[in-house]
Amino acid sequence: METRTKNVSLEDLQEIVGAEHAREATPDDAVDGIEPAFIAEPGSVEEASELLRFASGEGLAVAPRGGGTKVSLGNPPRELDLILSTARMNEVVEHVPGDQVVRVQAGMRLQDLQERLAGSDQMLGIDPPEEGATIGGIVAANSTGPRRYRYGTIRDLIIGIRVVLADGTVAKAGGKVVKNVAGYDLSKLFTGSLGTLGVIAECNFRLHPRPEAARTVAVELESTLAAGQAAQAILHSQLVPSAVELHWGEETRLLTVLIEGIPPAVEAQAETASYLLRGFGELMDGEAGSLAPSGAGDEVAIKISAPPAELTGILDSTLGACSRRGLTPRITGHAGVGVTYVALPGGDEEVAATEDEGTNATTPSEEAQVQVVEELREIWSRRGGSVVVREASPSFKKRVEVWGPLGSRLELSRRVKEKFDPRGILNPGRFVGGI
Amino acid sequence: MERGRLIRTMQAILGPEGVISEREELRSYECDGLMNYRVIPELVVLPETAEQVQKIVRVCYDEGIPFVARGSGTGLSGGALPVEAGILIVLSRMRRILEVDIPNQRVVVEPGVINMWVSNEVADDGYYYAPDPASQIVSSIGGNLAENSGGVHCLKYGFTTNHVMGAEVVLPDGSMVNIGGGKAPDAPGYELLGAFVGSEGTLGIATKITLRIVRKPESVRTLLAAFKDTEEAGGAVSGIIGAGIVPAAIEMMDALCIEAVETAVHPGFPQVGAILIVELDGPAAEVENQFEQTLKTCEENNASEIRVAEDDTERALFWKGRKAAFAAMGRISNDYYVQDSVVPRTELGTVLKKISEIGEQHGMRVANVFHAGDGNLHPLVLYDNNIPGEAEKAEEVAGEIVLTCLEHGGSLTGEHGIGVDKMKYMPKMFSEEDLNTFQLLRCAFDPHQICNPGKILPTPRLCGERPGPFRMHPVQKAGLAENF
Repeated sequence: METRTKNVSLEDLQEIVGAEHAREATPDDAVDGIEPAFIAEPGSVEEASELLRFASGEGLAVAPRGGGTKVSLGNPPRELDLILSTARMNEVVEHVPGDQVVRVQAGMRLQDLQERLAGSDQMLGIDPPEEGATIGGIVAANSTGPRRYRYGTIRDLIIGIRVVLADGTVAKAGGKVVKNVAGYDLSKLFTGSLGTLGVIAECNFRLHPRPEAARTVAVELESTLAAGQAAQAILHSQLVPSAVELHWGEETRLLTVLIEGIPPAVEAQAETASYLLRGFGELMDGEAGSLAPSGAGDEVAIKISAPPAELTGILDSTLGACSRRGLTPRITGHAGVGVTYVALPGGDEEVAATEDEGTNATTPSEEAQVQVVEELREIWSRRGGSVVVREASPSFKKRVEVWGPLGSRLELSRRVKEKFDPRGILNPGRFVGGI
Repeated sequence: MERGRLIRTMQAILGPEGVISEREELRSYECDGLMNYRVIPELVVLPETAEQVQKIVRVCYDEGIPFVARGSGTGLSGGALPVEAGILIVLSRMRRILEVDIPNQRVVVEPGVINMWVSNEVADDGYYYAPDPASQIVSSIGGNLAENSGGVHCLKYGFTTNHVMGAEVVLPDGSMVNIGGGKAPDAPGYELLGAFVGSEGTLGIATKITLRIVRKPESVRTLLAAFKDTEEAGGAVSGIIGAGIVPAAIEMMDALCIEAVETAVHPGFPQVGAILIVELDGPAAEVENQFEQTLKTCEENNASEIRVAEDDTERALFWKGRKAAFAAMGRISNDYYVQDSVVPRTELGTVLKKISEIGEQHGMRVANVFHAGDGNLHPLVLYDNNIPGEAEKAEEVAGEIVLTCLEHGGSLTGEHGIGVDKMKYMPKMFSEEDLNTFQLLRCAFDPHQICNPGKILPTPRLCGERPGPFRMHPVQKAGLAENF
């Protein structure tokens, strides 16, 4: 599928953002193999507004982009003409430590924000692992990390938002106070919306004090049953851990508990955590190595969301589905909240080369991956959860829809999209239900 | 639809006991906790199941009849104020706790379940439901959801929206959707649940709600500190927050409030310029350490007296005093106008001074009780309705206070909602574009604008013409909107 530049020239865009801030796209800018024509980097909300108004008038398909760490999320775009990058909108607008509130532009990288806040012994309670992720991207993709156990997800931290809609309208919701029920909570509506409702320009967050000390207690798990039981023991205790994480690889099988706070509290709780966990395996100190997805092109990464008490079932179903098809998964997860990440490795390169004659031929390993994902999706959707494909090749995405069934929500979701982006120019086709 | 036929239609769905049509009985539903606005509904219906709610709403949708949902009717912004010629759907008969799932830390309830019942239900398992508005012994979960209710513990624990994990919702066209993951996190798609909580009953009716429950903390310590005035007390608050402590609650009351509360419930509070109630909870080692620090900070800020609650009884007494504040106003004044503004915490000192000046200028007394940790103020403008002109003056004072809070970067409402009460101030906080964008969301859920119309947004814009012969929209008929 090719993109159309329609009647738009690079000069049209440069007129809005300046000559140095709009350029032609390169293959690196592709989204799931679909290359846009142009990239533009507005330097302000006003420029972003003008850009979108222009794009809307010309019917250009637009994809907002922050750090580009989640470009692979979603279905391949139905159309893509322009990438709107927030890279230049990267400053702190206001930080009042006494209010524990920060207002920040969407293009600022999380790591830079955290560094700035650390100067006042504060932090934003979100820790997605992707380096280079921007604030706007984190909100749009609902990115999370281990500390969601204690601090919630981005929707629990965001208190205000400023967005640019597809037609260029600039609107805000919420404010800069933690307690605020005036108007609709559009800040929350935009979390996880993957750039399909508008471009996020600014976000306001409530902050937390930065913990003084930290310790990780880990237990080596002897079985999937032990994993589930260990997690439950921590969940129902009176401990207040920052994170409860699972690592399940071929060699390492750990449940880790991160305790943060003032030193006496960290010590006392680490002791209690050790006491609770020792019944489930050998105790270990310190962090586990990373089991992050390898990023290999043919690897399929999925996210299983399920009730937290189902951890053993999640492990068993995943391991079972994989072993039956000769795949060895790498599993990590936020065991305390019911989120599990599974990386399904791709297959034998040689086998792939000889078998892949036609453009649509499926390798045996891709077939196995498809079956595993479909099986897990069937099981966990029935149990009230979901399986989302986070990263996969375009050919895999053709076979397995990324998001899974939406049920009764689809109709309402379509109406919301239609109201905010009636011409459908923002990330068309990438979201749930093909929105 | 002609009234008689409407009554018969509703009776066919609910049985005669589910429909109230006599004027004298309808009167009891003419207002919620905000008593200066009263509208007698056309009809009151009391469903007992989600299916009945669906059928009622379907009739409303087909006939173009506006409707308003009501829980316990304790709201303070007129969210459950009936609409002229509309139906009031009262959910208090849907009061079952449907499921308690301790392993997943979830409770599923019907909307009429009272807030406090949830904590009571899971107390023996060592759990509780965290959002604790002062009305919690009477307000319903459905109402809490509609208003995104807060309470004294929300600085640390968040609001209703942080504790509602899923909901089954009847949309204004009578269809049913399930939003939020319920027991599972991160349901794919739009954060519809986040938009729905706090939407003040304008987007649909929740018929089943999945709540998150929280493990009781290992240790709780509460103190009460007396100060010369709110400024000194404010200094202590800054000191505590500045030390990186996140109290479970930190409340302030001024002299007028203290006086009223003492007359009403006799908690034995020191009669001083301002008192602070600070509560810390969490792991024992953390609480012990931070409590010592808190005591020291209060002393450093010239606390004239500090009382530490020795046991649960004493702790309950401190809170009884605080939570009785609004009701206690009746002891020192015939009437009062309660406000719910928010300012950034760092602006509290300045704003309190301004409030006192505004009160003086108009010759009116203003009592202050507020959530010092998050800047949520409840100025209570005291007046006597028997004296002509006082009510109007009180409203004027209240209005000036609201605008002052906005000027200092605050919000119109921290927990009571906009409803009808604060609608006229919305354009002061939000631009035309902001309000139009809110309207987009509303139109997506309620294209025919029959769901609690006339609330939140002033001069609502209709969502688009319907094809076919012209039918005057009920909102238009009720004089609540113009066609653009």
